[in-house]
Amino acid sequence: MNQNIYILIEHLQGKVAEISYIMIAAARDLAKETGGEVVAVLLGQNAKSLASDLATDRVLYTDHVALAEFTADAYQKTVASLIQENEPRAFLFGNTSIGADVASVISARLSLPLISSCIEINGGKLTSKICGGKIMAENELAEATTLVTMIPGGYKAEEGQSENPPEVLSFDAPALDELRVTLKEYIVPEAGDVDISKEAILIAIGRGIQTEDNIELAEELAEFLGGTVCSSRPIVDQGWLPTSRMVGKSGLSVKPKLYLALGISGAPEHVEGMAESEMIVAVNMDPNAPIFDIATYGVEFDFFDLIDPLLEQLEEIKG
Amino acid sequence: MPERINYWGIPHTWGAPELYVYTIMFLAAAIMFFRFYRRASLWWRVGRPEARWDKLHLRLWRVIQYAIAQTRVLRQRYPGLMHAALAWSFFVFFLGTALATIHDHFYEFLYGNALIAYKFTLDIFTIIFIIGAAMAIYRRYVQKPEGLTLDAGFTWTLSLIVIIVLGGLITESLRLAVERPLWSTWSPAGWSLAQIWLATGATEKILTNWHLGVWIFHLLTVALTLITLPVGTLLHALTAPLNIFFSKLDHPMGALTPTAITDDGEPIFASKPSDLTWKQLLDGDACTECGRCQDSCPAYGAGMPLSPKQVILSLRDSLHHNGGKSSLVSEAIPEDVLWSCTTCGACVHECPVLIEHIDTIVDLRRYMVIEGMIDTELQGALTNLGRYGNSFGKSERMRAKWTKGIEPKIKDAGKEAVEYLWFVGDYASYSPTLTEVTKETAEIFQKIGLDFGIMYKGENHAGNDVRRVGEEGLFEMLVEKNIKAMNRCDYQTIVTTDPHTYNTLKNEYPANGGQPVLHYSELLDQLITSGKLKFTKKLGYKVTYHDPCYLGRYNGIYDAPRRVIEATGCEIVEMPRNKDCALCCGAGGGRIWMEEGEIEERPSESRIREAVDLEGVTDFIVACPKDITMYSDAVKTVGAEENMMVKDLIELVYEAL
Amino acid sequence: MTNIVTLVKMVPDLVEELEINDDGTDLDRDWLRLIINEFDNHAIEQAILLKERDGGEITVIAPEAEGVEDMLFTTAAKGADRMIKLTGDLEEGVNNHALARAFAERAKSFQPDLILTGVQANDDLDGPVGPLVAEYLGMPYVGYISKVTLEEGIAIVQKEYPGGLIGEMEVRLPAVLGIQAGEEPPRYVAISKVRQMMKTVEIDEQEIPELDLGGGIAPSRMYLPEAAERAEMIEGDEDEIATKLIAIFKEVGAL
Repeated sequence: MNQNIYILIEHLQGKVAEISYIMIAAARDLAKETGGEVVAVLLGQNAKSLASDLATDRVLYTDHVALAEFTADAYQKTVASLIQENEPRAFLFGNTSIGADVASVISARLSLPLISSCIEINGGKLTSKICGGKIMAENELAEATTLVTMIPGGYKAEEGQSENPPEVLSFDAPALDELRVTLKEYIVPEAGDVDISKEAILIAIGRGIQTEDNIELAEELAEFLGGTVCSSRPIVDQGWLPTSRMVGKSGLSVKPKLYLALGISGAPEHVEGMAESEMIVAVNMDPNAPIFDIATYGVEFDFFDLIDPLLEQLEEIKG
Repeated sequence: MPERINYWGIPHTWGAPELYVYTIMFLAAAIMFFRFYRRASLWWRVGRPEARWDKLHLRLWRVIQYAIAQTRVLRQRYPGLMHAALAWSFFVFFLGTALATIHDHFYEFLYGNALIAYKFTLDIFTIIFIIGAAMAIYRRYVQKPEGLTLDAGFTWTLSLIVIIVLGGLITESLRLAVERPLWSTWSPAGWSLAQIWLATGATEKILTNWHLGVWIFHLLTVALTLITLPVGTLLHALTAPLNIFFSKLDHPMGALTPTAITDDGEPIFASKPSDLTWKQLLDGDACTECGRCQDSCPAYGAGMPLSPKQVILSLRDSLHHNGGKSSLVSEAIPEDVLWSCTTCGACVHECPVLIEHIDTIVDLRRYMVIEGMIDTELQGALTNLGRYGNSFGKSERMRAKWTKGIEPKIKDAGKEAVEYLWFVGDYASYSPTLTEVTKETAEIFQKIGLDFGIMYKGENHAGNDVRRVGEEGLFEMLVEKNIKAMNRCDYQTIVTTDPHTYNTLKNEYPANGGQPVLHYSELLDQLITSGKLKFTKKLGYKVTYHDPCYLGRYNGIYDAPRRVIEATGCEIVEMPRNKDCALCCGAGGGRIWMEEGEIEERPSESRIREAVDLEGVTDFIVACPKDITMYSDAVKTVGAEENMMVKDLIELVYEAL
Repeated sequence: MTNIVTLVKMVPDLVEELEINDDGTDLDRDWLRLIINEFDNHAIEQAILLKERDGGEITVIAPEAEGVEDMLFTTAAKGADRMIKLTGDLEEGVNNHALARAFAERAKSFQPDLILTGVQANDDLDGPVGPLVAEYLGMPYVGYISKVTLEEGIAIVQKEYPGGLIGEMEVRLPAVLGIQAGEEPPRYVAISKVRQMMKTVEIDEQEIPELDLGGGIAPSRMYLPEAAERAEMIEGDEDEIATKLIAIFKEVGAL
């Protein structure tokens, strides 16, 4: 077994996912403890260029047509064979639609221990956040290769990026025929009129908006502030806003200058998508809403009582 | 000496006139009863049995009150007087014919002054009838109010009865023109008309022939009316008294009946007419299509799909067009119609023939709940109620969070004996906007020195609206939990701030040792009267008071809250729709848990506008937590924040203390 | 006839405040209130939808826990055919690897075409249960599923990626799917229906012979996060708050 920390780099449609950089940052912490190197594992087809800004010591890359896009079976086989070959100290995966599909299967296949929902690694201690963010659990690496799935929130993506491209070494993928899971096609959500991940001002609405008609109020506000309306998952599930406006784990990640959260409780799946906003102003009637834990400014008030004076005063200023 | 001549002017050449009259009338009546039976038998052949034969004397009294004196019909002046004119006239004419028959065959008493009085009465009622008919024609063809069904069937019936009465009048006038008795002025209508015939100079023979003709025509018209009665709009003459006779007696309006069960103990979820009881089916046939239920329905007024009148008529049509086998839910009655009902009780309260709309709507809702035909918001609320005992989805431990900071700590009725058990209610406990009012209520109780306690997390949603949504199983579960909690307590009286809670605790919970249940307005009223509650200030506001549905219409408490308001030194200006005519805020029947849907103007907004129209009124006083929520929102939407403040009754008491 | 097995577990209800036990190594389970794992609930709904569409039989397996019987009866009322409760030494809170082995052992006997379970649970420490079960049974696993269509020998599934992107995949049956969301939200079942089930339906209790905890982890410490720096709260009535907010908007450059 070597003391290196391996990371499964996640990429979709030609872009490296942010969680990959976050994992790299975490891996560097861990590698200091183990005395090993940080090694990125990149699977794909003609995807070598994706390694260019990874802040790792090395990149292990394999090129195979069956790995062009993520599919569970192919990735599981490849990673499993790599682990059996190299026996790294630890292997980090994202707790995502890609990483979570792979890590647990390998844990069972190779009988390796698995620590999930890890948010931070400090001095050899891995801290996981569970139960909707209400409980922290602390673990150390096991004796065998330890598999870890990571969630965002402990590191900034920049910490995992580098100007200097790392060394890329190729390795051979195992036999990847007889795959039980194949990708038919991607279904891209309808290009919304706006890419909220590029907007500087976002007005976010949650269940507290209550009815579809009330969304108008948020839009009026957005107009005054030069921003765009986005939302948490329930609003999109109801069909009141298109998927392109969804912020969160299954939606988009945003980092605007101002994130105005109206009637949003702050559930972990949503927070994952906006915690890095520069300034968060949260309006919520419930003083215990988790959103207040990450907000810069909080207002414990009924949004509906606030919106009229707010719009009035804005009217006076503008008009 | 005034004497009555039997069958005046009717020749006996082809046999005794009685023979013809009785034969024709008998046949007509037989056909009428036969056809009626055919229609009515569907009620008990299709519908389930139900025992409604008890307390016959009370039932007869109801018939006298509502079918004969027609007190409900008279609640609205113009149509009330109109219908009384038409109906009572016919009662009198029928009575008159009966008396004539008795005179003819059994006991001769119609002579002298008795005859004069008899003739006079009949004639006066003829005039009354004609006035009524004129009012009816004006109403149906000129005014055309929205509630009425303006179709040919009604024209036919109206025409028939007018022709009958005119026929009788003309017959009489022709006879009077020939007879010219000394007492003819005692038949003013007939005698005035007789002048016209006399003026034509026609001979007595011609007049008598005309008399015979019109008399025969009159007889046949009556026969025709009887024969067509069971399939025409006069059917209510038979079905209305029946419906009134069989109306709910032993439980108050605020007590719904549990889900029916078959003999094997299987619950019956109503989706077809055959799942309903015969009385519910009779409701359909008793409907006169007057539209008063629709006119008073807050959902209908808001532009929602519900019309209580249409629900009942759909029930009727479904029974008669398909033998009651087709489904009511979704087919005859769309789901959103049934979900729009706030169970405010206005329809039941207004119906002149005592139709029980809400019972049927709730029965159909029970079916929809079992089949899962409920919207996601309601699903969420019911899931929360089942899991946490409140619709907010918050932990039970948070129920008494509002008590934090109140010194001395409010007693836990489960641990200490108290005089008053305060059943706080969901909204008052959990809704952030209402905590202030709940706190004020507690402070007032403490200031007055009331010995009270709450059940803390032992309290669950009382279940009134859960039952009205149709989730009977959940209602039973909540009742069980609450009874268990209440049994652990030692108390004399239950007091509650929420009228919905009040209604179900009082009328639907098993009698819990007979302890009285009070709404806090009743309690305050009692305390004011006994002198325990004294005010130091006279507030002097000009206010209006909104009667909550479950306090007013359902339980008849109108005066106690008003006395309390006046005791605080405020002047009450009544809204046009006050007391039992109060317009529901729209939150009841579980509506507050449902998606709003298509709505033109919320009932709460209409109500605020009504209040704003009252001159000088600055405060809208309510006595129900949901009213506070609904009306505060409405004041904002209507844009009346400058002129109208929504306050709970307790806030006035707090200020004046 | 599709044979579907759904794997369900009860998890801590986050509505309550959670507490740590005296050792500081696990949740305090004495006062813990449990509810059905939200994603397992979606999995049940998806299973019922498939049964309604294509016919078949649904077996639900759940480990013993407080409230699990009510949950199983509710599932029966929704349309599940067989209810299995796993009993055994489950007091100390079992890790997912052990649970997955027990699930796999039971599920095998039904020869399922499809196994559905929630993509994750809020108390997962060693990853979710689904992929482990798949591997122990030698079946493929795909997670984050929001749509399932069954065809001859395969399942066409929609896998959710961030940003609303969907990957449509073909999975060879038998397979295990980790459900993110059913095609319809979980349906409501009237309490009277559940009570009826309690009278007419039996839950099959099956004992887990031995628990193999290998692969799972035992955290060295569990604790409640420090009350993080909270937001700076803005006070006042609505007009005052509005003014203060506008000042903040100006500061940030939004006006």
